[in-house]
Amino acid sequence: MPQDETAPQTAPERAAAARHAERGTPMVEMRHMSLSFGGVKAVDDVGIDLYPGEVVGLLGHNGAGKSCLIKMLSGAYKRDAGEILVGGRPVDIQNPRDAKRFGIETIYQTLALADNIDAPGNLFLGREKMTPFGTLDDAAMEAETREVMNRLNPNFKNFKQAVKDLSGGQRQSVAIARAIYFNARVLIMDEPTAALGPAETKQVADLILQLKKEGIGIFLISHDLHDVFDLSDRVFVMKNGKMVGSVNTADVTKDDVLGMIILGKMPGRQAEQELEQLH
Amino acid sequence: MSVASSSGDQGTPAAVAAGRRGVQHVLGRLEVDTRLLGMIIALIVIWVGFDLLTGGRFITPRNLFNLSVQTASVAVMACGMVMVIVTRNIDLSVGSLLGVLAMVMGVVQVDILPSLLGGDGGAAYDHPATWVLTLLAGIVLGAIIGLGQGAVIAFGRVPSFIVTLGGLLVWRGCAWWTTQGRTIAPLDSNFSLMGGGVDGTIGATWSWVFGAIAIAAVLALAVRARAQRRRFGFPLKPIWAEIVSTGLLVAAVVGFVMTMNAYPLPSRIAEEIATERGMAIPEDGEVFIAHGIAVPVLIVVGVALVMTLLASRTKFGRYVFAIGGNPEAAELAGINTRRVVMVVFMIMGMLCAIAGAIAAARLQSAANDLGTLDELRVIAAAVIGGTSLAGGVGTVAGAVLGAVVMQSLQSGMALVGVNSSLQSIVIGLVLVLAVFIDGLYQRSRR
Repeated sequence: MPQDETAPQTAPERAAAARHAERGTPMVEMRHMSLSFGGVKAVDDVGIDLYPGEVVGLLGHNGAGKSCLIKMLSGAYKRDAGEILVGGRPVDIQNPRDAKRFGIETIYQTLALADNIDAPGNLFLGREKMTPFGTLDDAAMEAETREVMNRLNPNFKNFKQAVKDLSGGQRQSVAIARAIYFNARVLIMDEPTAALGPAETKQVADLILQLKKEGIGIFLISHDLHDVFDLSDRVFVMKNGKMVGSVNTADVTKDDVLGMIILGKMPGRQAEQELEQLH
Repeated sequence: MSVASSSGDQGTPAAVAAGRRGVQHVLGRLEVDTRLLGMIIALIVIWVGFDLLTGGRFITPRNLFNLSVQTASVAVMACGMVMVIVTRNIDLSVGSLLGVLAMVMGVVQVDILPSLLGGDGGAAYDHPATWVLTLLAGIVLGAIIGLGQGAVIAFGRVPSFIVTLGGLLVWRGCAWWTTQGRTIAPLDSNFSLMGGGVDGTIGATWSWVFGAIAIAAVLALAVRARAQRRRFGFPLKPIWAEIVSTGLLVAAVVGFVMTMNAYPLPSRIAEEIATERGMAIPEDGEVFIAHGIAVPVLIVVGVALVMTLLASRTKFGRYVFAIGGNPEAAELAGINTRRVVMVVFMIMGMLCAIAGAIAAARLQSAANDLGTLDELRVIAAAVIGGTSLAGGVGTVAGAVLGAVVMQSLQSGMALVGVNSSLQSIVIGLVLVLAVFIDGLYQRSRR
């Protein structure tokens, strides 16, 4: 781990530095990220990191800047300032294609599916399999999709229907399949269970645990603490575009995190622990 | 979920419902596009209706031949309009674009190429290369204009409605400026074949050759699709469904060729050809030489095939539909959506050139009002053919069928003797009705 040129200034930075000293280089790290929309600072000097096989929740009210922060990682937005490191090396992510090249896949809240196209078409959208004649190899894509879906959601049978005719859970399966099929190392899930029923939510939760076992790092973004607290190893909390801080979910209660979301302050006990770590 | 309809309780609501499910089941197994099927049924109703109204003058080889030729120009453009509308855009400039491209092609073949190809001061009229170079010039210019409009739409972020509304005025003006309003005639004789006049047909023998190739293609595609599904272990279409669907297609091809071959050339021209070829002229003096398929119809078939391939078998086509279904998702999937939209307009421009060649060749002259109001016919054909203005939905085959429906209504009413003002009223109402019924059908399916 090369030493940072700039010494850690803020409490979250000091915590991150301590974490890196203890656990090594994170698979993805964002430092000093900023993004403005016409004078409004949506993201203001924020950092975040993720280790393999780790589920990290990113919490905050609507408009706290969570989605904006993560969209700079997935390539949907271009950052105004900041640094993105993958495996400790600075990378330049200008668009979604760049992010995918670094193994960063995103499942958007809206799922970002082309509703008029079938599941195989969506799974391979932008990365189609081609025949030697330069035409789409639909049969091969369908075969691969059947295989992936067999693993994810064995009940999935509608490979020829436009995805607009599928249920919410099935659509979610298609979006998840698309993200993991291409060997994602980092998976970003934006409000993954917001539109799902209890059974489907359980399915997604099981899937997250399975992916975690395979060593994939996962960012879970939500405005609802209950959606992510039990699944996450660590949570970051944002408020008004700034990072409040991060805590290990094992060390805190839901109420502590709720306090961070509402007050925008680290819980007292956690702050003490941090000081101990530093000394 | 096969529902065996028991024959015991005919007429009860349950039996009716089961029957309806049975029909849907059969259609499902056949894997036919119900929308396309509905259009074919509508077309048959229109044809039979006009045939009854005109005392059997509608479904005749002569009328159907003329119908096929009259449809060609609009059908070619409708193939491109489908893609434009699928990407949630519109092109109002196609009629004017056709006009200016036809004028330019007229000038190229009459005023420019003969002296160029002639060499040494002499002008070479009807040079065999003239028509190719002319068409090529038209297609290249069409591509450039389409690309320009597409660039303003995709990168300049000006709505396509505005850009092409401007284009409608600009290109019509340019059509006049090309020759200061002078009509160009006569055109190169080879170029005129594209219009499908007496010479612009391929005759009986070649029509059968065409039919044989089409049938071979239909069979080969069916066999290949089945082999593909078997290779990957997907559920197969039942064999009866396979036979019925390919059988119908083959029957349609045979019927079409037979119809086109049943329309004889005018007797005087037939006699001339017979003497030329040294054929014996029968006692009663009637020589039967068939028209066969018209050249513009072959062009439509070619364009429709290429566009269907492009739409359904290439990355580009997949992206066109993805953009129409969800532009944001397409962008996030890493698709260069603006480039795709620009290319769609470029293709539209190229098809306008082909349509312009057909239209000018048919009239054997290029006039600056050629293609006036064609934009509306083309859009109507695409929309009647099931293209959704909301984007993401549409087929090339549907658009071609839509063009045939429009032209059938128009020539049918002309045959019946409906005056032209009433004709446009009826066609306008049919357009609205078609989209309304389609909307009802789509909602009922949910």
